[in-house]
Amino acid sequence: MVLVFAESPRGNLKKAAFEAVTYGKKVAELLGTDCVALTLGTVKDAAELGRYGASRVLNAGDASFEKFDSQSHAAAIADVAKNNGASVVITSHTSTGKAVAGRLAIRLNAGLVSGVNSLPSVEGGALRLKKSVFSGKAIAEYEINSPVKIISLMGNAVKPEATGNPVSVENISVSTGAGRIRVKDVKTQEGRVPLPEAEIVVSAGRGMKGPEHWGIVEELAEILGATTACSRPVADSHWRPHHEHVGQTGIAIRPNLYIAIGISGAIQHLAGVNNSKVIVVVNKDPEAPFFKAADYGVVGDLFEVVPRLNEAFKKFKASN
Amino acid sequence: MKLLVCISQTPDTTAKVSFNADGTEFNAAGVQFIMNPYDEWYALVRACELREALGGAVVALNVGPASNETTIRKALAIGADEAVRINAEPKSAAYTAKQIAEYARNEKFDIIFLGKETIDYNGSEVGAMVAEYLDLPYISYASKLDLNGNVATLERDIEGGVEVLEVDLPFVVSAAKGMAEQRIPNMRGIMTARTKPLKEVQPVSFDEPVKAVRFTLPPAKAGVKLVEPDNMDELVRLLHEEAKVI
Ligand SMILES: Cc1cc2nc3c(=O)[nH]c(=O)nc-3n(C[C@H](O)[C@H](O)[C@H](O)COP(=O)(O)OP(=O)(O)OC[C@H]3O[C@@H](n4cnc5c(N)ncnc54)[C@H](O)[C@@H]3O)c2cc1C
Ligand SMILES: Nc1ncnc2c1ncn2[C@@H]1O[C@H](COP(=O)(O)O)[C@@H](O)[C@H]1O
Repeated sequence: MVLVFAESPRGNLKKAAFEAVTYGKKVAELLGTDCVALTLGTVKDAAELGRYGASRVLNAGDASFEKFDSQSHAAAIADVAKNNGASVVITSHTSTGKAVAGRLAIRLNAGLVSGVNSLPSVEGGALRLKKSVFSGKAIAEYEINSPVKIISLMGNAVKPEATGNPVSVENISVSTGAGRIRVKDVKTQEGRVPLPEAEIVVSAGRGMKGPEHWGIVEELAEILGATTACSRPVADSHWRPHHEHVGQTGIAIRPNLYIAIGISGAIQHLAGVNNSKVIVVVNKDPEAPFFKAADYGVVGDLFEVVPRLNEAFKKFKASN
Repeated sequence: MKLLVCISQTPDTTAKVSFNADGTEFNAAGVQFIMNPYDEWYALVRACELREALGGAVVALNVGPASNETTIRKALAIGADEAVRINAEPKSAAYTAKQIAEYARNEKFDIIFLGKETIDYNGSEVGAMVAEYLDLPYISYASKLDLNGNVATLERDIEGGVEVLEVDLPFVVSAAKGMAEQRIPNMRGIMTARTKPLKEVQPVSFDEPVKAVRFTLPPAKAGVKLVEPDNMDELVRLLHEEAKVI
């Protein structure tokens, strides 16, 4: 059986959970078994996971799980994996999943490959999995040989597919004693999709000249329903908040569309964004290194190009 | 205060990445190696700040061959009091975590610091594994860490925000941007680093459950398609019809 830990920050299943279950279902098909989803705490609409391919949905509803502690979460997931004879355990490669997956590997005496971005191939009793390494500069293939295998799935690596039907949620009880972290507060930015989950990201750099010019970037993001990001010097000079900083030292993202405005494309910036599916670069310097990593490019002054682009997108949105 | 900082050595950010002909080994020829930035800038510096405020000792630990000693000396120059090198090729995160945990098990550290991830194999695995081996709480991607007696207050980066939490010593933490400001070693630091103790420890054996099969380079991009700056309708059309991303 393939067990998917479907995480539910503050009680809500998010895209990462639907991706993980969709992926889990496909892995289960490869192995000729079924996919079971596990949720922890009070979770809204857990039955929905059936639509993404879970044949059963288990919920350990103890309220203590609503505050994250990798120790108690891993203990619970490992318990369920053992009791149900899971051969593969899948988590999302998120702040939650990363903190849990390593612990599961030790608890279950299992091999872990983290940040996997495609389906495995089955080699006898082993699984072969690919992930991006060296900040996107190479691809590694790993083989897990242990009887139990742990995979953490990179965000945006698979598209959630709701082809099945909801299933009724089975309540289970698990041991809860292990946690020692006291969560005091969770501060999130309201509104926009968080960067790691965003499908479209509009990002701008030092070419913007100053924070007072960001209106055109905000407008572009608004039209596309995108999340905004920035280069490191922009965050370091406090033109934009730190949580928008992408790249090697900031957040690594892999949206479907990344629009880079007035960013030179330094290697440390590319390290965080070069796994984007499609990259559009707007830069007045035709020699800017970013053009080498781009799919589409516009050589021109961003203060002229971006307002025109906004008009073109608006026109497109109005007729589509 | 007894603090452990796990430091790894990685190829320089700007290094050209290549592999041997059958794709089984990283090509280290001509590559410059550095201390993994998160370990150096955030984990190590915050540990040194706490030691400066509260007394005690900072131990820098690396699992690696003797050739890593330049990197380890840099950690001493930045401010670690002593260093330990576990004499082994760090074959995987699981292998590395096992070595770190076995060393730390009897040393009674108050805090074990790591970086949020290494920039070469990008795993973010070691910290959680060490914490599980030692049965300790683990706070990953921490961008703030303050201590008040036995109780630490931390902020942890989560998707679209931060989580504020408290935990008692001892614990394992992985450091992200924000926890401290990078320090450049000064002349005095570099001089004293030469005389600080650097101990060599032998590894314990470990059965590898995961092995690297092959490394490849990503397929080259087809090349950029340029659109005239006065024809943004064309760019929108391409994104819709050709790239199919809007
Ligand atoms: C160890 C290390 C880690 C780093 N980590 C990161 C990281 O995580 N993320 C990151 O982003 N950087 C990182 N950096 C910094 C990185 O090397 C670059 O310095 C940075 O990305 C440059 O930011 P920028 O492109 O916004 O600015 P610049 O390099 O100044 O580029 C500005 C660009 O805007 C263009 N431009 C100017 N005016 C206009 C106009 N009117 N219209 C159109 N285009 C215009 C210019 O042609 C230029 O290409 C790191 C550096 C180091 C050493
Ligand atoms: N060989 C090593 N020696 C000591 N610490 C290491 C080593 N490899 C990784 N680490 C630590 O583990 C952290 C996370 O690494 P990783 O799980 O590989 O992303 C790094 O930031 C280091 O703090």
